[in-house]
Amino acid sequence: MMPMDESVRKAVLAAVPSLRAFAISLCGNVDRADDLVQETLLRALANIDSFQPGTNMSAWLFTILRNHFRSEYRKRRREVEDSDGHHAESLKSQPDQYGHVEFREFREALAQLPSDQREALILVGASGFSYEEAAGICGCAVGTIKSRVNRARTRLAELLHVNSAEDFGPDETTRAVLASGGE
Amino acid sequence: METAATRSKKPNAKPAKLGRDVQARLGQQLRAMYDDVVNQGVPDRFSELINRLESDEKKDGQ
Repeated sequence: MMPMDESVRKAVLAAVPSLRAFAISLCGNVDRADDLVQETLLRALANIDSFQPGTNMSAWLFTILRNHFRSEYRKRRREVEDSDGHHAESLKSQPDQYGHVEFREFREALAQLPSDQREALILVGASGFSYEEAAGICGCAVGTIKSRVNRARTRLAELLHVNSAEDFGPDETTRAVLASGGE
Repeated sequence: METAATRSKKPNAKPAKLGRDVQARLGQQLRAMYDDVVNQGVPDRFSELINRLESDEKKDGQ
């Protein structure tokens, strides 16, 4: 194996925080997400020769992480949880896993989205990838990503009982959403 | 028992178009949640992993 170029090492390290955030949104669990990031880094570094210099390192790593998650983690998860609903329920009982309780309600709503929609929304809406890059990462058409993002936003608004920006309240957004939407 | 998960399962209705304001607020929430993790930086576990691999490679290469 060739010695790792310093610029490659820096680019990989720089992508780690965002990779973790993406992994947590996929797994719904910090410990599993960190294992996923670790496996992604090992795979990436073992195959670093297939990275094309000058292309987006972050998108390359996201693709590896996403594919690995798809092939391994979803299989494993299905063994213990039979639906996204159970996934969401398990989040409720373990709010501390996220470190910050304030995003719990939002995470719960996010966890109820179909995984295709969730990953599209995160990649475009949070990771800052273009629709084209997100399509490359997910291996689908740009139009498919656009439609998934739109459906994800609509569903999220439904789940959080948000009809207008006022429903968020001025400050503690999620709390206000729940207060106005709770039965 | 009715839960948030079961209550929310509706047949696929034609999605209503969200207002720009709602989209903007959802986007803010999403980024705030995501950045909360991003701002934790690189845990030692990963910087150590990358440094360790690098030193292994140097050994291999010599």
